Amino acid sequence: MELFFQQLTNGLAIGGIYALIALGYTMVYGVLKLINFAHGDLFTLGAYIGFTLLTSMNLIGKIGPLPTLFLFGIIIMGLVGIAGIVLERIAYRPLRSADRLAAVVSALGASIVISNSIMLIYGARFLVYPHHILPNFTINLLGMKIPFMRIAMLLLSIILMIILYLFVQKTRIGTAIRATAIDHGAARLMGIDVNKIISVVFFIGPALGGAAGFMVGLYYGQLNFMMGWMYGLKAFIAAVIGGIGNIPGAMLGGLLLGVIEALGAAYISTSWKDAIAFFVLIIILIVRPTGILGERVADKI
Amino acid sequence: MLEIKNLHVKYGYIEAIHGIDIKVSKGEIVSILGANGAGKSTTLMTISGLIKPSEGSIVFDGQDITKLPANKIVEMGISQVPEGRRLFDTLTVEENLDLGAFTIKDKNTIKKNKEWSYSLFPRLKERRNQLAGTLSGGEQQMLAIARGLMSNPRLLLMDEPSLGLAPILVKSIFETIKTINKSGVTVLLVEQNAKAALKLANRGYVMEVGKIVLEDEANNLLTNPQVRKAYLGG
Repeated sequence: MELFFQQLTNGLAIGGIYALIALGYTMVYGVLKLINFAHGDLFTLGAYIGFTLLTSMNLIGKIGPLPTLFLFGIIIMGLVGIAGIVLERIAYRPLRSADRLAAVVSALGASIVISNSIMLIYGARFLVYPHHILPNFTINLLGMKIPFMRIAMLLLSIILMIILYLFVQKTRIGTAIRATAIDHGAARLMGIDVNKIISVVFFIGPALGGAAGFMVGLYYGQLNFMMGWMYGLKAFIAAVIGGIGNIPGAMLGGLLLGVIEALGAAYISTSWKDAIAFFVLIIILIVRPTGILGERVADKI
Repeated sequence: MLEIKNLHVKYGYIEAIHGIDIKVSKGEIVSILGANGAGKSTTLMTISGLIKPSEGSIVFDGQDITKLPANKIVEMGISQVPEGRRLFDTLTVEENLDLGAFTIKDKNTIKKNKEWSYSLFPRLKERRNQLAGTLSGGEQQMLAIARGLMSNPRLLLMDEPSLGLAPILVKSIFETIKTINKSGVTVLLVEQNAKAALKLANRGYVMEVGKIVLEDEANNLLTNPQVRKAYLGG
């Protein structure tokens, strides 16, 4: 039972990461019907910017670890979000009226450009985050020792998801995002500047992805310029499992995939972890091609 | 109020509108008649700025709006109730109305406009928390019109508001258009239901394959033998 709960919390923590990245895929798909294959690399960018901030600025000694990480998190989200806006301007906007396949190829190209730029700047070797940024104590939960980082990570992703959900559901811009996802033309007739809305979406998605990258760096400590590939792929699977284009779906799909993977690794085999993720994807595509929450397929976002 | 001069519109290499001139004065209801594919909807979409013309100009209240983006055109006071309604089906009635007022920042104005919409269509108030896609056809058309009014338009473009509605509903929609017009909104109305449109309108234009072939007072068009034969069933 101890193993089960340890793996469950572990799965939820990593699932929160998948969910944060999956939101970027699903929001962009919602408004543009485009899979942003460069999204995983923006996640990597977040992790690397975090590395630079942690190693170049010695803030922890001055203002303490938690305020520092909070501040860095905000900076990373801002920078990666801006990178997302620039990506859309350069790689997708010129192809807006072109064949959809053209944008997909452009997305794959953008992915290679970003990951290789990171390699050129930081080198191809694994990098390691500075040790002991956060005290690595455990918390006693129902008689089990759960690492503090694991709980912090899950809480943080849930907080970010709640903020996003409220933003999309309750604000004027959020409503405009949902309207744009339903019908670009009608949205423009309402006086909505659709290009601006697309920029907002390309800010929010990558900002969440960048935050996820920073969290993964803090949790696992190790970075590689290719890390966005596997995380991106997993998050994409999570988005499809939940129903692509659907925001609660991405959250649910991410958490679910994380838990299934962790339990599969514990009870089947660790080396089969990735295969299990793809197996789940195949099953979902056979049984419910629209994803778990996909019946609200018209509610694109 | 609105002056379209020598407007040409192309889809790719194919020209859909071959140089039309349309004039709408303040307070009027002007109707554009014509068969399917004559270019009526294209004309409205071009005024709204969703399609850019290849030649010609559109002037609204003395300002050239030909090259303005769609959102600026809504801000200037031109709103459209598009063909097929194009409601945001999975959003509520209230959210659809809020989106109609997207260009208005002042919360009190939005509230006032919403109240006016609900007084025009009390049914919508009952259903304000319902998803737009679950409304009946007539209610959806009411919502589309109400949404079009939320931005305080001075000119309302309406594309086939009677399409697919039962005759009794058509009558009430046309009554509403009259009410809206009396409240000071100028209306440019595209309709297949030529008789009802001409009875309502001050003036009319007849379009055929991308050209204006006839232009006159609505009363004269109603009795024009050519129009009677082609659009009024003899």
